[in-house]
Amino acid sequence: MIKRNNNLDKNKTINRRLFILGTAKVGLLGLITSRLYNLQISEKKKYELLSDKNRFREWKTPPKRGVITDFYNNVIADNKRVYQVHLSLDETKDFNNSIFKLKNIINLSDDELSKIYEKKQKIKPWDTIVVSENLSWEKFSKLNLYLHEIEGAKPVLSTSRYYPYSNDLVHIVGYVGDASPDDIIKNEKIEKNFVPGLKVGKIGIENSTDQILIGNYGIKRYEVNSSGKKIREISYKKETQGENLRTTIDLEAQKLAQKLLENKAGSICAMDIYSGEIIAMASSPTYDPNKFTYGINKKDWNEIKNNKLRPLVNKSIAGLYSPGSTIKPLVALAALEYGIINPNLKIKCKGHDHPYELYGQKYHCWKKNGHGIMSLRNAIKQSCDIYFYEVARLLGVDRLSIIAKRYGLGSKVLENIFSEEKKGLVPSTKWKKQVLEQSWYLGETVITGIGQGYIQTTPLQLCLMTAQLANGGFKIKPNIIYNSNFNYEEILSKIESEKNKPSKANILKDKNINLYEKLYKNPRNIKIVLDAMYGSTNEQFGTSFRSRHVDKKYRYAGKTGTSQVRRITDKDRELDLDTSEIEYKNRDHALFVAFAPYDKPKYAISVLVEHGGSGSKAAAPLANKLIKKIIDRDKDREIIRKELKII
Amino acid sequence: MIYSTLNSNYSFVDKLKSVDYFLIFLVLIIGSISVFSIYSTESGDFSFYTKNHLIRLIAFFSLFLALSFVRVSTWYRHAYIFYLFGLLLLLLVIFFGISASGSKRWINLFVFNLQPSELMKIAVIVCFARYYHRIQSADIESYKYLLQPIILLLIPCYLVITQPDLGTAILIAGSGIAIIWLAGLNIKYFIYSGLLLLVSLPFIISILKPYQKSRILTFFNPERDPLGAGYQIIQSKIAIGSGGMHGKGFLQGTQSYLEFLPEKHTDFIFTLFSEEFGFIGSILLIFLYALLIYRIIKIGFSCRSFFAKLYCFGFSTALFLYVFVNIAMVVGLLPIVGAPLPIMSYGGSSMLSIMIGLSIVMSCKIYSREIISN
Repeated sequence: MIKRNNNLDKNKTINRRLFILGTAKVGLLGLITSRLYNLQISEKKKYELLSDKNRFREWKTPPKRGVITDFYNNVIADNKRVYQVHLSLDETKDFNNSIFKLKNIINLSDDELSKIYEKKQKIKPWDTIVVSENLSWEKFSKLNLYLHEIEGAKPVLSTSRYYPYSNDLVHIVGYVGDASPDDIIKNEKIEKNFVPGLKVGKIGIENSTDQILIGNYGIKRYEVNSSGKKIREISYKKETQGENLRTTIDLEAQKLAQKLLENKAGSICAMDIYSGEIIAMASSPTYDPNKFTYGINKKDWNEIKNNKLRPLVNKSIAGLYSPGSTIKPLVALAALEYGIINPNLKIKCKGHDHPYELYGQKYHCWKKNGHGIMSLRNAIKQSCDIYFYEVARLLGVDRLSIIAKRYGLGSKVLENIFSEEKKGLVPSTKWKKQVLEQSWYLGETVITGIGQGYIQTTPLQLCLMTAQLANGGFKIKPNIIYNSNFNYEEILSKIESEKNKPSKANILKDKNINLYEKLYKNPRNIKIVLDAMYGSTNEQFGTSFRSRHVDKKYRYAGKTGTSQVRRITDKDRELDLDTSEIEYKNRDHALFVAFAPYDKPKYAISVLVEHGGSGSKAAAPLANKLIKKIIDRDKDREIIRKELKII
Repeated sequence: MIYSTLNSNYSFVDKLKSVDYFLIFLVLIIGSISVFSIYSTESGDFSFYTKNHLIRLIAFFSLFLALSFVRVSTWYRHAYIFYLFGLLLLLLVIFFGISASGSKRWINLFVFNLQPSELMKIAVIVCFARYYHRIQSADIESYKYLLQPIILLLIPCYLVITQPDLGTAILIAGSGIAIIWLAGLNIKYFIYSGLLLLVSLPFIISILKPYQKSRILTFFNPERDPLGAGYQIIQSKIAIGSGGMHGKGFLQGTQSYLEFLPEKHTDFIFTLFSEEFGFIGSILLIFLYALLIYRIIKIGFSCRSFFAKLYCFGFSTALFLYVFVNIAMVVGLLPIVGAPLPIMSYGGSSMLSIMIGLSIVMSCKIYSREIISN
């Protein structure tokens, strides 16, 4: 009985204890349920987001660059199909092995190999490395044959920048390369669209118009696993190509200009005198921009760098030269405008035996036997130095400086397009005091009158100066990128109707003139100068008479210039050597400026041949050929202009 | 010693009649779910894990059915031998055990690697059920009867902790304590020892292995080391949370499919299931376990002997502990200690011990009217 009671007690105890346990169990299950509810219902969004963040990884794809064309829609910077080999690091177990195999198949050089290892350090372990950016078709097909043996290697069809007229346009178009950290910081567009493999402009138009040319990158979303391996593509937002860009360049004129400068160092610029459109802007020597797209190799780079003719310098905008006699029309104009002289002023040039003298200092004319009695027109036509020494002395450097600056000297022509563009220098007494902290000497005024001394100009400035004289003295804005807002006819008719009217404002003061406004005071003065330039090219004894066009259609007016690179001593004068007998680096720079056609001017041109000797022999003949080309193509250019207007 | 003779001659039909078919049904359901879950861990590929799991499930389920017909009195008689056998195996692990990822838990049986600590989970319950079967309520609190079970529990726990396998040790201890509790030991002892544990916690932590310490620290702040110790729990929570109400669908669990989830076959199988079947699926699975536990308790009530009762109640509590610790662990309510989810998790030893445990329950049911006396 006791035992039975005991057993009953024990049973009760067990049941009671079980009940307590059961209650605890229910409580704990409730806890788990509420936790699950919390995770799966209340905070679902948060965990879904985290899960997606786990799952998806985005790869950016580089945008295609906009194409650059010339005015006639010829492509001058293109996107070419290229064969590449990429290596996906996440699919490559043994990187060294894969690279070694690739090396043997596509013949990677040690240089390229070390670059690849360098690149690998910079990228993430699931990224893709571009092993070779530009494979030949032979190598590409060979690679495809062995592809299964190389872990992670992928043949890729991609696009890359290609310059079909390689050397002819490099100084204008520039070239592209991989974006440097500096590029990314400086340019917001690059920063926003940066993708490994993005090519950015390094120089020239490519550089200054990155904003337009770079498109928006694409996004490929992949589902990835925990080790970053791509499982499948989820979505692909396609990259957009950058906008295309039309330049004002005439490819044919440019090619000819470049050809004319072959084996020389120099520049040729041509410009529409109303729109300021740059038709050609050649600089010699040149180099092949295509070599820079994938990083230039050492040998090619050294070849370019060590060339004494400095191919890397864009001489049209970054070369500084004394304008020489090409400035004489401007000196004459300034003197006329300020009423210092009248066109009939006569000065006698007596040759080397009786030079121009100022405070005991002698100033010679270039012509040994002298020009005889010169009037203004003849002095420009035959480029008499004695005449201009006197005119400059009478004018003074400060007034000359005002006019020279007004017609485009001493400031950048294209401003923001070429980072390397130079301002040049138009001296004045104030400038000398401020910069050199010295007083101005009258002798310096005298040589400034023939474009020597402190004065420094770029060939493009001389072209602009000539254009602004040729269009009747109106301010224009040169441009190399086609501006669809420019209304050619409107501007032309405005200038035509204003051409013969004197300026009402007192513009002889140093002040800014608005676009398409008069730069002159009296239109007669412009005419006198242009007429003298006509004489220089088209009349006997004119300095560029030998390079004239007889055909009225091509007839142009110009002014030669010969800029000394060192002081001419009496001994030199005595020797009177021919250009070919002088050491290259001591030869004069040959210059020539012109506008054409004379009867109805439309284009201005400047030619510079470094150490070419005299302007009439070395520079003017080149202008002759290019002017013919440009005028021949004028009709086509106007057709295109009309078409563009309709669009 | 006299064993009951009154009911020693069950006919086979009687036995079959008294089988709890609902229990078998529940085991089969959870078993099927487990096969599909393991199949999902292999991204819907019927290969290694799924095959092995299915084979083990079939083999051990058959074993469960077969062992169900072993008399409960036989289990009673051999309870201590079972316990000693378990201890022996645990000792063998020390000398002949094979190591994996820093711990030595297994014995190579050629067919599969046996984890004796899993068997010990059941052996402790059987042993304790027998121990308290004969002790009268009045005697429980005598020091003699108090000290013996503590020693019986400490030895296997110590052996398992040193493997090291904290999770299993806790589960063994939990099962033993559950039976001591059921047997009716005064509540004050539980309160005292609970307080003692709390006080000695800093000391315990100081002797823990570095990885165990980091797991506990990680439990309190998973973001402490998101790619190291905290990775598992963070990824598990992401998987469960992103499952939402309905889940991502069978074979659609991205977290596990994309290999973000560690140990998805074993300890984190619930995470995978929960990711694919959502809140509804999880609750349903928990409900199935609850039903299984309830069913075992119900069988316990129908038993006449204390041994069978204590065993059923103890085993049900242990089963609850396994399920709770595992799920609480993967949802971030408990530190990661390494405890499989019964039946669901891939792993032969765990499956074997659960099936043996269930077979004893079934035996209690079949022979429920058997009276075991000293």
